Order: sequence, then C-alpha cells, then structure tokens
Amino acid sequence: MRLVTAVIKPFKLEDVKTALESFGVQGLTISEVQGYGRQRGHTEIYRGAEYKVDFVPKVKVEVLVDDDDTADLIEVLVKSAQTGKIGDGKVWSVPVEAVVRVRTGERGVDAI
Amino acid sequence: MPFDLSTVDAGATAWVLASAALVLLMTPGLAFFYGGMVRSKNVLGMLMQNFATIGIVSVVWVLVSYSLAFGGDNAYLGGFHFAGLKNMDQVVPGYEGSFAQVIPPIVFVGFQLMFAVITPALITGGTADRWKFPAFVTFVIIWSIVVYAPVAHWVFSPTGWLFKRGALDFAGGTVVHANAGIAALAVVLVLGKRRGWPKERFRPHNVPFVMLGCGLLWFGWFGFNAGSALGANSLAGYAFVNTNTATAAALLAWILVEKIRDGKPTTLGAASGAVAGLVAITPAAGFVTPMGSIAIGLIAGTICCLAVGLKYKLKFDDSLDVVAVHLVGGISGALLIGFFADKSVNSLGADGVFNGGGWSQLGKQALAVGAVVGYSFVATLIIALVLNVVFRKMRMTEDAQLEGMDAVLHGESAYEFGPSLGTSVGTLTGSGAAASGGHSGGSHASIPASGRPVDGTSLGSKTGVDA
Repeated sequence: MRLVTAVIKPFKLEDVKTALESFGVQGLTISEVQGYGRQRGHTEIYRGAEYKVDFVPKVKVEVLVDDDDTADLIEVLVKSAQTGKIGDGKVWSVPVEAVVRVRTGERGVDAI
Repeated sequence: MPFDLSTVDAGATAWVLASAALVLLMTPGLAFFYGGMVRSKNVLGMLMQNFATIGIVSVVWVLVSYSLAFGGDNAYLGGFHFAGLKNMDQVVPGYEGSFAQVIPPIVFVGFQLMFAVITPALITGGTADRWKFPAFVTFVIIWSIVVYAPVAHWVFSPTGWLFKRGALDFAGGTVVHANAGIAALAVVLVLGKRRGWPKERFRPHNVPFVMLGCGLLWFGWFGFNAGSALGANSLAGYAFVNTNTATAAALLAWILVEKIRDGKPTTLGAASGAVAGLVAITPAAGFVTPMGSIAIGLIAGTICCLAVGLKYKLKFDDSLDVVAVHLVGGISGALLIGFFADKSVNSLGADGVFNGGGWSQLGKQALAVGAVVGYSFVATLIIALVLNVVFRKMRMTEDAQLEGMDAVLHGESAYEFGPSLGTSVGTLTGSGAAASGGHSGGSHASIPASGRPVDGTSLGSKTGVDA
C-alpha cells in the first residue's frame, strides 16, 4: 500500500476529485495548506505599499492506494491537476506499513 | 431666550432626527472600515475602541461637552448653561435671525452628539494596533471636553469667533476631519511606532470588511452633510447630491492614480478614495454647486492618494492613514470652498475665487484651518504627553503587541482558525458542553466534537468555493 500526496491549486480540487472518483477512489482527505515552490510567492499592493506574500494557498490531497494502482492513480492526479502554468504543485507517494478501518478493524488492502 | 415651539417645522425635525441616526451608524461603519485594515489579532481591539467611544462621548456630551460647545455667547467657549441638558426650552445661543432653528433644541443636541462621537473615533485609525485601552478611554474623555467642544464652538456656533469671522464649514471639514487628523498625528508622535514598522509591512486582514465599512460610511454621510442643513429643503438636497458626486469623483481619481502609478486599481483604493471624497466635500457640501463638487472630489482623491506616501518619508506610523485622508482631505475641502463657493446655492454662504468673490473667502478659510489645526495639535500633544507619563507609556509592550490587542486587552479572539484539537477538547470538558446539548443526551457528550469531521468540514467549504 502507498500514500499518495498531492499539493495542488485550490481551484483544481473539483477536477481532481471528479477524476479520482471515476478512477474508483473510495475516499480522500484534503487540507488547506500554504507554501511555495519554484514559483515563489507574489506581491500585493495596499495603498501604494508593496507586500510580499511568500506562502501561496494550496490544497493538499491525500489518498491511500494499493501498490499496483499507484502509477495509474498518480497519472490521473497529475493530469487532472495540470494547468500548464507555474505553481501547479507536486505529487509524491510513500510506502504505508499499516492501514486499519476503525469501525470494523479490517486491515491492509481491505481497509483502503 | 425661550424657544418658541410654534416655529418647529415637522419635516425638518423628522429629517434631522433621521440624520442623527444615520450619523451614528457611521461610527460602527468606521470601526469595520478600520477593522478590516488591521491584522486579525487586533480587529476586536479596533472595534472596541470605536464602540467605547460611542459610550464615552454620549455620556460626556449630556453631562458637559454639549454645553461647552453650544451653551453661551463667549467667542471661545460655551458655558455650563446646558450642562446635564438643562434649559432645553431655550434657544441655542446665536441661532437667531437668519440662523434661527426650526427644530427643537433637544433634536439639535442629538444630531450634534453624533459628530462629537465620530471625531475622536477617527483618531483610532492612526493609532491602530498599540494603544493601551485604559489610556485610550481616559484620552477620549479629556479630548472630547478640551479639544472637540471648544473647536466645535469656534466654527459651528454662530457665537464662535471663527464663525463670526465668516469662515465656512458646512458639516465639519475643520471641526471633525482636520481636527481628528492632526490629533491623530499628535498622538502617534507620542505613542511611537508599532513593533516592526516600517521594516515589516502589515497586510489588511479583511478587505471585504473595509468595503462594507466604507458603504456604511457613505450611507451615513448623507445624514452628516445633508442633515447639516438642519432643514428638509433645497439646501439639504444640494448637500446630498454634492456629497454623492464628490465621493464618486474622488473614488475614480484614487483608482486612476493607482492604475497609473502601481499598474492595478485596488478595492482598498476605491474605498479610500470614496472616504477621501466624503471628507473633502463635508465642509463644502452646502456652499458649492454639483459641478464644483466634481472638482473637489477629483482634487481630494488625487491629493489624498499621494499623501499616503508622507508617513514613509517622514517616518511617523500613522497606521491607517488618518493624516493622509482626514487631515489632508479636510484641509483641502475647507480651502477649496474659497475657490468654488457659490451664493446661488446658499445665500448664507459666499462667492469663491471662481465665482467673482475674490480671495477674501479663501483667507477666512485658511484662518479657520490654521486655528483649528494649530490648537488641536498643541492641546492633543499636551494631553498625550501627560497620559504617557500617567500610564507609564500609552503604547502596549512589544510582547503584548506581538500577541495582539484582542487577547491581551480584551481576553477574546475574533475568529476560530479551523477546527483544531484545542477547541475539540474544550467542547468536551469546558463550557462547550452546554452548546453540545442540542445534539443528543448527556451520555454522548463526545458527539459534537466528533460530529465535526475535519476533512468533511473543509471539503464542504472547498467545494463551495470552487462551484
């Protein structure tokens, strides 16, 4: 099993969710995060004074997935989150040791 | 002299009462205009200063400051004739002959009160983020008696010396705006800079609040200016239309300057321009034509926008630009009367430079500006210096500023930042148990905490945003 994490543009969340649902993903967790990558932050101007905004709002999507599906899922994620412009985000996966469904106590792939 | 109640005009009385309520609304509007511009940790501190000012000045006005402003024939200060609002069956001194009022004296008290309230409230924008609350409260009590009351007497009361000299101020360009603007500067100089300024820049935490506050100000300002006609008549109509026209022109001028200078017109700039226009037309609203008000709005919107840069050059931390908007805007409006005044609008007014009146009115306007600004600056500076000793610095400590006014001064917070573990635990054990009662019986006290799943909540809101 693997945990796939994606940091994406907030307004792409709906597209990503729809794409993951059609791929067969049963559940996901999102959180609002802030950060910057190579695009850095941006500048805002209030009454003529410039403010450097370093951390840009992003949405973090986390999905648990069976090893065999990982590559396909990442591809679906990347495709649905892409705008081609700077600041599209990143997707990565890490191995997961144990997953338990709290209600039933099911373990491993059954719990995903 | 007893007031003859048979001279009361019902329409005028109704309009002035409604105007008083409109002007009251400006102070909560101002609170949101400023509150949106400060950081989220100081928003309650800002709202509190404004609401506290309504409380303080309303009581002080009844006790003594109305009487000091309007209760006597002396050219420099009223008296105690109306203290505690006694003798309300008598004519307000000076309002006789062509100035005779057609509203009952107690209605005039209520209307003028709202001006006395908003004037010290305007100062809170300059001093934002750092003024200890007890020091602030003490300041407002003293300032409304020692500075506002005499200045209002000089300019507004027909027995005041600047009024007698022929200085024109329809609704408070000098009394309210230049007065508050210069007072803000004096307090700021004593108070000192905010922690981190000017190296750190502070971003407005809620620009929509600023726009909302600006809308309330604009709405309330019709009472401020058109109500100052003290009648339901054509003059009130001129003041109404001029107010809206100048405000609109100043809004456009400010965002045009931004577009040219910064590349983008901003919403904060639109709100700021509107307020600058409202300020500048205040003294002139009942003395100029609508064409004149367009000129006043365009000039004020441009000058005030450029004046914001002063604080960075001269290194005074006027947090929300009270100097640039109210001092500069108020002075501009007061002086521009000298150019644009037109007797066809108001026979009690004057003709300015552009209407064949020569330079004399401009001289009278300059005298009023100089006297009000000079007195207010010196008196406010002395009050602030004394209070700075009494309160062992009026400024909050660096640590307290870091934590924010809401927590340190008021023990509250404006916003809940997401459903955190801390608040969940609080719901289980603390007073939140009562709030959870609606969900189910006491046996499932944990339900409200778990009934607000973290991802479910944020997913819902996110989907809403994207839709």
